[in-house]
Amino acid sequence: MSVEPTSLLRSRVLRIALIYLCLFSASILVLVAIIYWTTTDSLSRQIDATIDAEIRGLAEQYQQRGPAGLVESIRRRSATNDPARGLYLLVDRSLTPLAGNLSRWPDEVPEPGGWVTFPLEFPDAEGGGINFGRARLFDLGEGLRLLVGHDIRERTRVSHLIRETLIWGIAAIIALTSIGGLLMSRSLLRDIERINATSREIMAGDLGQRIPVSGRDDEFDQLAANLNAMLDRIEQLLESMKQVSDNIAHDLRGPLTRLRSRLEVTLMEAKSDRDYRAAIESSIAEADHLLETFKALLSIARAESGAPSESFEPVDLAALMNDAGELFEPLAEQRGLALAVRIDQAVSLQGDRHLLFQAVSNLLDNAVKFAPEGSAIELRLSREGVEAALAVADRGPGIPVAERGRVVERFTRLESSRSTPGSGLGLALVAAVAALHGGRLALADNAPGLLACLRLPLSVDRAADPAAASSAIRERA
Amino acid sequence: MRILVVEDDKETAGFIVKGLAEAGYVTEIAHDGKQGLVRAVGEDFDLAIVDRMLPGLDGLSLVETLRGAGKSTPVLFLSALGEVSERVKGLRGGGDDYLVKPFAFSELLARVEALLRRPAQSETPETALRVGDLELDLLARTATRAGQAIDLQPREFKLLECLMRHAPRVVTRTMLLEQVWDYHFDPQTNVIDVHVSRLRRKIDKDFAQPLLHTVRGSGYCLRASD
Repeated sequence: MSVEPTSLLRSRVLRIALIYLCLFSASILVLVAIIYWTTTDSLSRQIDATIDAEIRGLAEQYQQRGPAGLVESIRRRSATNDPARGLYLLVDRSLTPLAGNLSRWPDEVPEPGGWVTFPLEFPDAEGGGINFGRARLFDLGEGLRLLVGHDIRERTRVSHLIRETLIWGIAAIIALTSIGGLLMSRSLLRDIERINATSREIMAGDLGQRIPVSGRDDEFDQLAANLNAMLDRIEQLLESMKQVSDNIAHDLRGPLTRLRSRLEVTLMEAKSDRDYRAAIESSIAEADHLLETFKALLSIARAESGAPSESFEPVDLAALMNDAGELFEPLAEQRGLALAVRIDQAVSLQGDRHLLFQAVSNLLDNAVKFAPEGSAIELRLSREGVEAALAVADRGPGIPVAERGRVVERFTRLESSRSTPGSGLGLALVAAVAALHGGRLALADNAPGLLACLRLPLSVDRAADPAAASSAIRERA
Repeated sequence: MRILVVEDDKETAGFIVKGLAEAGYVTEIAHDGKQGLVRAVGEDFDLAIVDRMLPGLDGLSLVETLRGAGKSTPVLFLSALGEVSERVKGLRGGGDDYLVKPFAFSELLARVEALLRRPAQSETPETALRVGDLELDLLARTATRAGQAIDLQPREFKLLECLMRHAPRVVTRTMLLEQVWDYHFDPQTNVIDVHVSRLRRKIDKDFAQPLLHTVRGSGYCLRASD
């Protein structure tokens, strides 16, 4: 399931760089377009203004000297060799040129106001080629028509210039951003690849690997630190899982081996039905013990993975404690123990009464097992702030502080208790039930003895996350 | 007594059938839910043992359909789903008892016998129970043996009542915890045994004939020896 390193082409970083490139190019384009419009517009206005000035001059001539003066004036103006000269043409009714520097009357239909833009052929002496002219047309009456204009070479030149600038500019931007994007992508990819490489090593089985931290304290370092913390947690969990399965193997293998060898020996040695019967009976007892261990494991798994709300109902804790006390009273009496139930306050909460009862039973069971003869066991229910406290206090050997965290783990049996029967799952189940109810199991010194207390929140909003709650008990227990 | 076993796991089914045959019951097997439903509806069985999770049609739907069809055959659910909520679902769906896998055969047998001899809803509730010379007056809440009054605590009375109702069948420790204390779990230690031996001291101590017997590997039963 290993994932190949990201190729540069598929890299998200490169994609982002490309998107930025597009945005950047687009904004440059808009900028240049604005410059283009304003420049050409101002050039156009300038040309129009020049044309208007020419018209004013010619109109004056026409008014003072009539058509003859106009013709003369046009001829004079057309004759100059100035490349920035105007365009003039005076025609008669049949469009025959009377004066001016254009060879024929343009065919284009004029815009309102008499303005017209038309193609213009240049003499070879001025570079040749076709350009455009802009002119205003007048009807002078008596069949005479006049064109006064200007060529717009300047404007065309400027717009060409701007277009070229734009092309080169965008080319340069694309080149620079691409290089920048590539460099940025490679640097980011290096950081990501660092994480990927470690993940692959971990997937390949080396759980001890950690992602190197560069020390720059940037986002990648934070990511690496978080991932490393997660890996630490996973490693811890795996370690405890391994511990659990080792313990299961140990605790189940023993009885299974005994069962098997007993049956084998019976097969070899049994002589009578009586022998067989005895062997089968003891095998059943062994199997029952196995079943018991197995059921306890299942109960823990259920409590730990439980979907709490479904089986939750209002539970009267006082009644539950009284029931538990009543259930264990004969057993306690048989062992010479005084069992007392003290209800400080009636408390009820939402919970699974069967599991809660089993948890209290397990605590009582331990107390009865370990308390010295003639001592007292107290079962206590009280309300402490927002918590219900279900406590079992005994005068037994207690649990050393250093061992308190360990005893709630599965199959932990203190050396001193190895000789007492039990699956080693009792407290683990209690802790799991506490976690299911959003509470915890607290083990304290009863000086002397053990004070085991189930602390359960009364409010309905239980810890939504059982894993968090279970880690909470581990830490506080 | 005919029992229908609806169980898809052949080995489990085989083991249940063999054990029940040993105990004197005639059993029929259905290996999937649909076949099970067809047989349970079409034939008259005294009891159906139904696995909760079956191919084709799951056990819960099977029993709901069976009840919908007006059949009141007692049903014992077998299930690997042991949460209380699952048990409640099973019982609400029409099951009469619920046994969680893995189970000991003696536990299954005790529950089967309890279901089989459950009296059909009698209109007049019983007012007294009797086993041998032991009598339980359910109205006055008193117990006497051979005319001698026995002083019982309320819980001891319930315990004795439960044993007498099932007599002469076996009642397992788990069944006692469920029926007398109303808690569902497997008592790991001998808490129940101590209660029973207290009760035994009260009813058997002064008499030559013991009534309360321990059945090894299963539980307890009340029986007047013959």
